[in-house]
Amino acid sequence: MVNAVINGIPVKVEEGTTILDAAKTVQVQIPTLCKHEDLPPSAACGICVVKIKGNNKMLRACCTPVEEGMDIITNDPEIVDVRRTVIELILSNHPNDCLTCGRNNDCELQTLMANFGIQEEFFDKFVKKTPKDSSTGTVVLEPEKCIKCGRCVEVCQDVQDVWALSFLERGFKTRISPAGDINLADSPCVRCGQCSAHCPTGAIVEYDHTAKVWRELMDPEKYCVVQIAPAVRVSIGEAFGYPPGTNMTKKLYSLLRRLGFKAVFDTNFGADVTIMEEATEFVERFVHKKGALPLITTCCPAWVDFMEKFHSDMIDHFSSCKSPQQIVGALSKTYFAQDKKIEPDKIVMVSIMPCTAKKYEIKRDEEMFASGQQDIDIVLTTRELARMIKQAGIDMTQLPDEEADHVMGDYTGGATIFGATGGVMEAALRTAYFLVTENNLEKVEFENVRGLKGVKETSIMIGEFEIKLAIAHGLSNVEYVLNKVRKAKEKGEPLPYHFIEVMACPGGCIGGGGQPYMVKDSVRIARTKGLYADDEKSKIRCSHDNPFVQKLYNEFLGKPLGKKSHELLHTEYKGRPQYRK
Amino acid sequence: MDREKLKADIKEIVEEWKTKEGNLIMILHKIENRYGYVPREVSFEISKLLDVPLARIYEVITFYNYFKLEPPGKHTVAVCMGTACYLKGGAELLSELEHILGVKEDETTKDGLFHLEIVRCLGCCGLAPVIKIDGKVFGELKKNDIIDILSHYTKQNGQMVSGVGSEVSGKP
Repeated sequence: MVNAVINGIPVKVEEGTTILDAAKTVQVQIPTLCKHEDLPPSAACGICVVKIKGNNKMLRACCTPVEEGMDIITNDPEIVDVRRTVIELILSNHPNDCLTCGRNNDCELQTLMANFGIQEEFFDKFVKKTPKDSSTGTVVLEPEKCIKCGRCVEVCQDVQDVWALSFLERGFKTRISPAGDINLADSPCVRCGQCSAHCPTGAIVEYDHTAKVWRELMDPEKYCVVQIAPAVRVSIGEAFGYPPGTNMTKKLYSLLRRLGFKAVFDTNFGADVTIMEEATEFVERFVHKKGALPLITTCCPAWVDFMEKFHSDMIDHFSSCKSPQQIVGALSKTYFAQDKKIEPDKIVMVSIMPCTAKKYEIKRDEEMFASGQQDIDIVLTTRELARMIKQAGIDMTQLPDEEADHVMGDYTGGATIFGATGGVMEAALRTAYFLVTENNLEKVEFENVRGLKGVKETSIMIGEFEIKLAIAHGLSNVEYVLNKVRKAKEKGEPLPYHFIEVMACPGGCIGGGGQPYMVKDSVRIARTKGLYADDEKSKIRCSHDNPFVQKLYNEFLGKPLGKKSHELLHTEYKGRPQYRK
Repeated sequence: MDREKLKADIKEIVEEWKTKEGNLIMILHKIENRYGYVPREVSFEISKLLDVPLARIYEVITFYNYFKLEPPGKHTVAVCMGTACYLKGGAELLSELEHILGVKEDETTKDGLFHLEIVRCLGCCGLAPVIKIDGKVFGELKKNDIIDILSHYTKQNGQMVSGVGSEVSGKP
């Protein structure tokens, strides 16, 4: 432990603690811009400078560890002046597009400028005109608005191991771009959107599809239906002043009706169906030895894209089952359309997702047109839906609770935890246990698969079988798990795992690239708690017990992995080049 | 370039440095020396052989002025923008060159004949403003001299120049 003084207040912190973190322990806030809690300090911006008595240089609080006896001043007129200059210099290379920017009113640079009362531009302005890159249709890159903090590059390279983004050139010419200034769509980008979730400005934002949804809702010929993903319900409240993790499910249902949707479904219903298919697939492979083990989950489209580009040798291990989003899409334009006698081409299926990659998934290949139409028409991220609510002038806080529409609105506790790392695995185990033993678990919780540890390895007993599991989230954690499998296969040793779950974003979908900004571990934990609480209060907690899922199989699908399931609910994968240019 | 030969070349260079620290930059130096630039297919090959992401290779290439991503032109036209040349009209020579060649600083004409670059002081300020083509310095220039100088080089290469920039640069 080291002792120091910050603004006259004594602090005692562990050795190695930065001045920035030490200050937080005594309620002192130092402004930051390039620093993000998820990432190591890059010391790029210089806004967090502080003074230390006896040292005539100002030091950056984000990367300077506290030393014994330090007397630190974080705030005086001279420091404020330096910080103002830093902001003014950044502004001199930043366009004044705030009013028409995707981050308007939710931008870290804008907030700082307001806090420091920057009302005049002191330096000559130089903003290099650079074209936007909307090529992926999921995130939009506007290098002009980049302040070179390095967060996106850090997250793309080190957290996600994708290496689509890089810092090219140096000095004044520095820019973020894929290698060789190609479009993002031609790069290894997997559309996870973590760059947009970590960008402090509007340099990377989600591709906005709200106008398209408004147009469809206005069209009297169209029958607009909607689904909401598990992770959205515990994060959207943040845009309306609720703490992270607040469960907004029932308000969301009534909200979506008021926006004009004629039927409100829940992606969680699709998650229950996914489990029926995937747990059956696992039992087929594990007990009946039909197909490769370990089985790897495929609900996450960024992970699927990553695997197709970087680990295509693992395709045999991939669950052929589609994601819950695609399942609800395919069923809306077949099962639901037939039931309600609506022409499938009149149905517009909109899904509300925590994810930018879901915008890519809906056209990933021809299997996403299983109903004969494009199964999902438009994907909105949580952030886009929050904007639509504000545009519609609906007071989210006072909305009455409502229920979703039947058939595809009722879900189990197993489905709702799909939004957190470990959740798909846990839900699948609950049903796999039943499929093998014909009994339900006495205790349905699997604590070992939960939590924010990057790779979780554990095993469980189902009857006489020991099932070895691995759960990875954050794509940089995948390689460790897959390499263990490769090594065992190569040497003919027993498999290290039988079942692997991967979610691309740290924390799973609750930390998705389309979620409200300022995600960090404390927010991830709160959102995750919200989902597990939703599970706990559910009367039915295992997917196979969902009466509406049973009804679906009885009336329409037949049995899991049956002919109709294969037509509508399963897909295929293929290796794809990392670079198309 | 013959693909197989290229692959073999790169493999040989990479093998030499593979186990040594700081190998990427040394390999890029060898490539630059051999080809005069780092072709994209070479970067892909290095990426595979060293197991280094392409993005990292491009970060290094673009960080250092020494490495080039485009093939150099047959003739390098260097315009001096040192103080004396600048004051005597270097900028005018530059814009005339840009106009005639149809390229900007650090770019090469489509026909690969000229590469245009800016330099700071060639050490002959008495002759300002100057340009240098390959090793040869042309001094006390006026804007109108440029076209004649360039046509000397295009004629050497059996091409026509009529004073219209697009024909020199080989554009339609």
